[in-house]
Amino acid sequence: MGVKVSSASGLRIIDLRLNVAATGNDIVDGINLTIEKGRVLGLVGESGSGKTTVGLAVLSHARRGVEVAHGQIFCGDTEVLCLDSEARRKIRGGIVSYVPQDPASSLNPALRIGLQLTEVLEAHDFGGSTEARKARIKEMMAEVLLPGDDEYLERYPHQLSGGQQQRVGLAMAFACRPSVIVLDEPTTGLDVSTQEHVLKTIRKLTRDHGVAALYITHDLAVIADLADDVAVMYSGRVVEQGEVAEIFKNPAHPYTRHLVAAAPDIASKKSIIGLAGRAQSPGKRPVGCAFAARCELVEDACRVEFPKMVAIGGRQTAACIKATQVASVSVGSAKPVSARKVGEPVVELVSVSAGYSGNTVVHDVSLTIRKGECLALVGESGSGKTTVSRAIGGLHREWTGLIRLNGRELKTMARQRAVADRLAIQYVFQNPYGSLNPRRTVGDSIVRPLVIDGKSKDDARRAVLDVLDKVSLPGSYANKYPDQLSGGERQRIAIARALVSEPEVLVCDEVTSALDVLVQAAIVDLLGDLRRQLGLAMLFVTHNLPLVRSIADEVAVMSEGRIVEVGLSESVIGNPQQQYTQSLISATPSIERSMR
Amino acid sequence: MKASILRFVLKRIALGLLTLFIVSLLIFAVTQALPSDPAEAILGREATPEALEALRADFGLDKPIVVQYTNWLSGVLTGDLGTSYATSTPVGEYIGPRVGASFFLLLIAAVGSIPLSIVIGANAALHRDRKFDTTSSLVSLILAAMPEFVVGTILTIIFSTTIWQLLPAVTYLEVGAPPWSDIQGLTLPVLTLLIAVTPYVARVMRAAMVEVLESDYIEMARLKGMDERTVLWRHAMPNAVGPAFQVIALNLAYLAGGVIIVERLFNFPGIGSALADAVRSRDLPVIQFLALIIAAVYVLTNLLADIGTVLVTPRLRTRLK
Repeated sequence: MGVKVSSASGLRIIDLRLNVAATGNDIVDGINLTIEKGRVLGLVGESGSGKTTVGLAVLSHARRGVEVAHGQIFCGDTEVLCLDSEARRKIRGGIVSYVPQDPASSLNPALRIGLQLTEVLEAHDFGGSTEARKARIKEMMAEVLLPGDDEYLERYPHQLSGGQQQRVGLAMAFACRPSVIVLDEPTTGLDVSTQEHVLKTIRKLTRDHGVAALYITHDLAVIADLADDVAVMYSGRVVEQGEVAEIFKNPAHPYTRHLVAAAPDIASKKSIIGLAGRAQSPGKRPVGCAFAARCELVEDACRVEFPKMVAIGGRQTAACIKATQVASVSVGSAKPVSARKVGEPVVELVSVSAGYSGNTVVHDVSLTIRKGECLALVGESGSGKTTVSRAIGGLHREWTGLIRLNGRELKTMARQRAVADRLAIQYVFQNPYGSLNPRRTVGDSIVRPLVIDGKSKDDARRAVLDVLDKVSLPGSYANKYPDQLSGGERQRIAIARALVSEPEVLVCDEVTSALDVLVQAAIVDLLGDLRRQLGLAMLFVTHNLPLVRSIADEVAVMSEGRIVEVGLSESVIGNPQQQYTQSLISATPSIERSMR
Repeated sequence: MKASILRFVLKRIALGLLTLFIVSLLIFAVTQALPSDPAEAILGREATPEALEALRADFGLDKPIVVQYTNWLSGVLTGDLGTSYATSTPVGEYIGPRVGASFFLLLIAAVGSIPLSIVIGANAALHRDRKFDTTSSLVSLILAAMPEFVVGTILTIIFSTTIWQLLPAVTYLEVGAPPWSDIQGLTLPVLTLLIAVTPYVARVMRAAMVEVLESDYIEMARLKGMDERTVLWRHAMPNAVGPAFQVIALNLAYLAGGVIIVERLFNFPGIGSALADAVRSRDLPVIQFLALIIAAVYVLTNLLADIGTVLVTPRLRTRLK
């Protein structure tokens, strides 16, 4: 390898632009990034900002319908965009490798993991003999802390856990000792403790082997924890870049500032602040700064041309004509937190156990949800938190124990319950893309419970307009179809549908996990307002620990079907008593903690 | 692992036999139990009641229906298939060679159409929306839309009558002679069956392959430097053939029925023509046996497809206990 080892530069992207092939509209443009060997650059931005498109371009790959318009990408000394197909095949997995977002779907389900590892080495003639390759695989498996024996290598991907699958992905990526590695949200979907291990492995491997790593994510806390440098993308452009400490301590672009303000943090009591509006898709983007429409510092000059990168100091640069004034402006204001009044219990769970076809997965759970308060139910995947919330909503069949609503005992399933009880407990689902009927206008979806209840047309219409107003959407939205709305708008509609039957209890099941951080902050803010104004009792089910402080008065931590700790959010998160809670919190990355 | 697969296969075979048993009941019910009199069909309307009675007794038709069924079933199980009413020869002797000939026809059609449709489907998926794909899609749609007697007739017009006189329009095959002794006569029937099955399976294969090629693990295989051949054959194919197996099985089973029309068209001495003759003369033992054979083909192809799908899908295979 390495005829001429170039100085410090591992990856250089120069003036890169990729288009939608059919229209010529830019997906990303003007991308300039440099990552030195042994350093990790975090590429952040919301979904649709073009992060993955840039990441794949580093492997000289464009997805169907995307084409490179111009630019150069150097991995070490090799310019990858001008290669012919055989040379391109050689560099992929050889000098530049990729770790995908979802290990479960990226490993071939029909092939043993041993084969999937071996074939990378074979394709790049790494190691001269079968024995040498076997030894290399053993070595790689050891580096990602997995057993490398034959029995393990003969397993199929579905026989591994999510964390193990992602480690196999890492072993595969590092197998041929690449000089550049692109990691595309590799820990999304993993539990925090698994994420911690995977991040540690990534950090160690990149440092030890002098690899330049491009780490794509929407999670600022992960960046703060892992990366050396950051680049922030918005609408296909890099709007700010610099070292991690520079960016997080002194964000110079208004968008970065909003991102930081919207990110919940496990180590701080700050309230998170959202931002209205959304980035436009390729072809609809405005001339000039794409963030102008959402920016409080906007002036006419912003809409003329895309702002040049301004040096802020150190290595920090920002694409904003007012970059030097940004720090003096505050981004919205946090709502004052009123003193906590202990409300009446609305929903009480007494020794609830639940299971699936005979296997008990929830053991002896007792909880109280009070009027005007939010109880967060947190835990890792498989902890039983969703099963508990489904039992409350009457969506789960197999449970025993007692669930009371205002002192009255509730029947097992929703359809056995009295109409009033059904209306009183409303459920908001995780995925707003799946929970709204695509063939109905959102007005029709919202009005449904009222029609069943036998309300007149006029009353129903008024009620729809009223709830749309409550979730801060204009009345005209009643005539739209779900596919005309953004994810955040859809989730507002889902909440509106829950509100229309004037419930006492709102069960929110991971309602922000499919949303970008600015949208998440806005939804959390909305839920807080609704709770205060309407005196709703709320159960907020989440795996996102940092969010708890921003939304909930009380928190219950679940593990393996049992409540391990329950108490006021401040004290449980700030000063956890149980070992399990402590380990969860220390495994959760934090901007504040990383900046100390 | 090995033992678990064996157990699964045995279980499926047992289920298949159960299915055949139920089918045998139904076949018997609709043939023997229905008020149609083979004796009259054979002797004609002018036969005397005594003669009819004697013939019925000869066939065992005067016994209670349950006894008739158990006699028949035990006969089938012990290889004694009874005597054909119409030809007075043992059914096994009469039908055996024809079943062999038909199976040979079916086997060639299957052996030809499976790889052909997989290759066409895979290539269409690989060159999606390009010339090969659009052409093969259009052609396969047209061919799939035509009934096999139309296809057979067109082939006859092209290859043996109007345009070229290359191949015989009918098969000159003696009953009992090995089917491969008349290769020329076999060509058009095989071609017709190929055309009847291939387009549909190719379309299903294309759809399965398109889905697989869009998956994350195929993108990943390319991003780790696999060449296109490895991507297609090692990474994509095993994931695409599983769903295709089921469709192939249904089509082959359909062929077992479709073969009747094709055989008649080309005068091929197989089960198709035998079945047609037997129905005309109310030859119950022959009808019953042929119906059972066709049902067995259905059960067998589906059994093979299920086992095949499990074998190529690790997630299903490792779940076996």
